[in-house]
Amino acid sequence: MHDEVLALSAQAGGKLSAPAAYLRGFDRLGVVLAACAAAGFICLPFVVFKSNRIVPGDPRGVLEVLPMWAALSCYVVLSCDAAVALRIRGARVRLVAALIGLGVVLLALAVACNALTPQGNKVVRIAPGAGFWVLLIALGLMATDAITRMHLRPRTRVLSLVVFLAVAGLAFCHGWFDNVSIMREYAVNAERFSREAQRHIWLALGSLTAAVIVALPIGIFCHRVPRLRSVILGTLNVIQTVPSIALFGILMVPLGALAAAMPLAADLGISGIGAAPAVVALFLYSLLPIVANTATGLQRVSPAAVEAARGMGMTSWQILISVELILALPVILTGIRIVLVQNIGLVTIAALIGGGGLGVFVFQGIGQTATDLVLLGAIPTVGLAFSAAVLLDALVEVMDRGRR
Amino acid sequence: MITLEQLTKRYGDSTVVDAVSMVIECNSVTVIVGTSGSGKSTLLRMINRLVEPSSGRVLIEGNDTAKEHAHLLRRRIGYAIQGHGLFPHRTVAENIAIVPRLLGWAAPRIQARTDELLEVFQLDPCTYARKFPHQLSGGQQQRVGVARALAAEPAVLLMDEPFGALDPIIRAKAQDDLLDIQRRFGTTIVLVTHDMDEAFRLGDRVAVMSHGRLLQYDRPAALLARPADPLVSRMVGMADRAMRLLSLTTAAEAAVPDSTRSDRTTDDPVVSASASLREVLSELLWRGAQAATVVDAGGAPLGRLSVADILARGRPNG
Repeated sequence: MHDEVLALSAQAGGKLSAPAAYLRGFDRLGVVLAACAAAGFICLPFVVFKSNRIVPGDPRGVLEVLPMWAALSCYVVLSCDAAVALRIRGARVRLVAALIGLGVVLLALAVACNALTPQGNKVVRIAPGAGFWVLLIALGLMATDAITRMHLRPRTRVLSLVVFLAVAGLAFCHGWFDNVSIMREYAVNAERFSREAQRHIWLALGSLTAAVIVALPIGIFCHRVPRLRSVILGTLNVIQTVPSIALFGILMVPLGALAAAMPLAADLGISGIGAAPAVVALFLYSLLPIVANTATGLQRVSPAAVEAARGMGMTSWQILISVELILALPVILTGIRIVLVQNIGLVTIAALIGGGGLGVFVFQGIGQTATDLVLLGAIPTVGLAFSAAVLLDALVEVMDRGRR
Repeated sequence: MITLEQLTKRYGDSTVVDAVSMVIECNSVTVIVGTSGSGKSTLLRMINRLVEPSSGRVLIEGNDTAKEHAHLLRRRIGYAIQGHGLFPHRTVAENIAIVPRLLGWAAPRIQARTDELLEVFQLDPCTYARKFPHQLSGGQQQRVGVARALAAEPAVLLMDEPFGALDPIIRAKAQDDLLDIQRRFGTTIVLVTHDMDEAFRLGDRVAVMSHGRLLQYDRPAALLARPADPLVSRMVGMADRAMRLLSLTTAAEAAVPDSTRSDRTTDDPVVSASASLREVLSELLWRGAQAATVVDAGGAPLGRLSVADILARGRPNG
């Protein structure tokens, strides 16, 4: 089968110019990924050794930090991966190769950090180096490319996510990565981390919930009164273009005044800074995608189905709930997915005005020039957004089945 | 009996339906035919109040429909439209069960009715009940649309160009099926179409509309014999009106009992009792024969038809 694929790509290559013809028989994405990974692995430091958390580090290559056998196995596995990336098109093989590669790179990091850390030393920091990140990204892209091409069913995708999270959780619980600099930062901040992570999720979900409650009726209204549709969407569009930091600033004034004028509001935790302006800003940003998708989704419902529903004696409420909204649900959910992923990212900025969330570590880290602390905030945020995207994409696809 | 009294619909300055009065008999098929923009669909939609009349009344069995809640009225009246309007997110069985559910029927009764209707429409319940509309062919979707309209055993069924989206062969089959079903359930059917052939084929009575006015409302043969308006004669077709008239009579109705005839030959073509005289004449022309033997569904001879018998039927007062 691979021969056939190679033959096909060779045919396609035959019509191309000289440099492209030279690459025939090779997977183009594979060439880019393998080249980047090889350059990163050979030329860039695999880890950075720092005598404490804020000094600039001392770069180390794989051969310097790993025992000979481990370094050699690393080379062998990654060379095989490069070969697969270059020559084999089958998505399954590529996925397996990428996952094995990721496992080996992560293990190598754990082994290197454990080996470099002096026994009992809590001050020394061993951070992943540029080479590690390049490998991680190249292998990650190879894996996602393979997964996309496999067209997995929604259930399988969610299951894969759960397995991935479970494996990651197991690795952290067993302390495999305890000597990696980011986990060192985590160990110091463990209690705050779980508090801020929960707060992060609540801020994102809370603003989303409020936005859904408000935006759904507005979307329905836009659909029913087409004349006002462009006015409403235009207004929301303007809100969308205000930069988040500016919006926080703008909100400080009215919310501060509200808190000062009404003691009850202040008792409820509303003030010019903190969670209140963060939630309000996220809420405002969330409106446009949900309103626009609700209106579009309702517009796409077959007019014949609505006409038939009326003709059969369904009330307008019954038609709205059990015909129009149900049929528009996949499109509405797509809007909610956009908002959720967007909010998980934006909540990070809320830390600037005392809103809390994982952004606290990011801004603290920037203040202290402690990159590891920045990553402690950034990596879980990316993970959360990624998981939310996978879950909601799967939900949209399930909803979209059997209704064309 | 449905009585329309001076039914009028105006949108702003334009009058879409202009003071239409007619009486629709029970247990019959009434076809409203007209060009597009003639107001025929609006007239139909005023019967179940999808369009509220500007003036005039609709009486069903003597009761004014305006005195009832519109959605409750519609649950008593079947409604089928072009392009079927099936709910894409519900299965075939769920689609058929919509009105019975709205009326609060018990589950076993709904199940029994759904299965019965699927069988009537030649869709095996085991195979089709759980399918989604997009898994059916166009003809099957249309049949489910009509089955859904009949689900709650309505006395009246309104149909708005129900066969418009079907190809000619499937449409002819659907028209035959509709007549069978009308006979079986005794439903009063009011059907809107722009196709005069369809009107003649289905209608016990045909109402011809143009520009919101009812030009003529009569039996098909009367429309041909005594058109009330030049537009009616144009719409029913001057050129082939004799053929249209022949197509309204079946061979069984016109057959002459065998014993009175002496000109029988053994190589007469055989035609079925349900064939129209137009079809019989065509068959005779094709074979170069002078007479045909009419047989019933079991093959037993009912009588004979000669070319002269048929030609006599092609005249307005024949």
